Amino acid sequence: MLASLIGHFGDFDLAEEAAAEAFAIATKRWPADGVPDHPAAWLVTTARRRAIDRLRRDRVLAAKLRLLLPENGGAGPGEDDVAERAIPDERLELVFMCCHPALAPDAQVALTLRAVGGLATDEIARAFLVPAETMKRRLTRAKSKIKVAGIPFAVPSGPQLPERLAVVLAVVYLIFNQGYGDHQDTSGLAAEAIRLGRVLAGLLPAEPEVLGLLALMLLHDARRAARFDGQDLVLLPDQDRTRWDWRQIEQARVLLDRALLDPAAVRRGQYVIQAAIASLQAEPRLDWPQIAALYAELADLTDSDVVRLNRAVAIAEAEGPAPALTLVEALELPGYQYWHSTRAELLRRLGRADEARAAYRQALALARTAPERRFLERRIAEA
Amino acid sequence: MQYALLIYSKPGAVEALGDAERAAIHREYLDIKQEPGIVGGASLHPVETATTVRVQDGRTLVTDGPFADTKEVFGGLYLLEADDLDQATKVASRIPAARLGGVIEIRPVVTD
Repeated sequence: MLASLIGHFGDFDLAEEAAAEAFAIATKRWPADGVPDHPAAWLVTTARRRAIDRLRRDRVLAAKLRLLLPENGGAGPGEDDVAERAIPDERLELVFMCCHPALAPDAQVALTLRAVGGLATDEIARAFLVPAETMKRRLTRAKSKIKVAGIPFAVPSGPQLPERLAVVLAVVYLIFNQGYGDHQDTSGLAAEAIRLGRVLAGLLPAEPEVLGLLALMLLHDARRAARFDGQDLVLLPDQDRTRWDWRQIEQARVLLDRALLDPAAVRRGQYVIQAAIASLQAEPRLDWPQIAALYAELADLTDSDVVRLNRAVAIAEAEGPAPALTLVEALELPGYQYWHSTRAELLRRLGRADEARAAYRQALALARTAPERRFLERRIAEA
Repeated sequence: MQYALLIYSKPGAVEALGDAERAAIHREYLDIKQEPGIVGGASLHPVETATTVRVQDGRTLVTDGPFADTKEVFGGLYLLEADDLDQATKVASRIPAARLGGVIEIRPVVTD
């Protein structure tokens, strides 16, 4: 309903306030008058009338009437004509508006969570560890930019769609990763990202990257219970597989199969490849050469040294630590904790204990969470 | 909605081209000016002709040269009537400066 109002009026705050007023009126009137035959239509009609009243008071009516009159013929929308036309699902338009490239990335994330996810401003602030006032300002500025700069409420047309969709998926994945770091997902962001992923998969069921992203998130999330032993980090090979959510893994694999079978896909996208890797990692015996090959494909696509690092880890398992170390040392990632810890692990396997310890210490200096720090300290002690 | 398309050019980009190319680009700018939706515009003389004015403590200070806090040089603008930012972006992407190392800034115009 909110999406429909935002689409109609092009103004977030107006839509939100009108919707809230409509609900308040319903709460007062329906117990006394009875619930109307078409409650959703009643709410939308009432909200539209409240919004129109407000616009009249704001003297912006002239511009907005241009939007309203063709549909309503002047007298105001009748309940019947709204009920006859099903209220269009405009959530896709809303998502693409929230993730428009003319908005700053942190604004895209905040707006998507607020408008599509329905999270409260202070919930979002807490999840991203910023003060509530900061998040409120961020949202206000973003909504203002949408209005003043004329960011459209629309699904981008053909040639633009792949690029714009990539931004939407990046926003959803960012939200997922923000929640995923915490093994309890106390912020609920990982669950919210999955929910958004499902909405997108429902609205764009033929887009392989949409299916790929959802599959990827489901696969990661399925292992959440096994990633920690109390407060300690447990690596993938040591995880208790019985604690994985196999129903979720199965769901993910069904999605992945659909994505991989897409006849229109010229080449596989980054989320499909990552999901394929995650799916292989859930096997009881890991096919490391196949995983390494997929990382190579991903590296070509993204030109990312982090991906090359992950490929080196797979090569270590498939071919041994020496070739992997060569690959790792060819990369430039001095500020990246996992570059140091990977190098340390390979040095350890090659019996170069002093160098391994030094590398673990460099990783420790960059570690950001207590479980990671404890893990690295144990490695230093054991080396 | 009205938008200002502010054209920032990479210094020397057009000068480095051959005469025929430069003439073609000049025509492109004129063609854009004729498009429906373009309601105004101005092409500015080069940066060497610029003068900067400031007023401090009641005194007017005049200096030679542009106010340039960027490498790119402000060369002109179009005023465009468009339905939304995506439409304005389509027009902006056709401005030659954008593909010759320059930048187009799109700013909505205050109306009333």
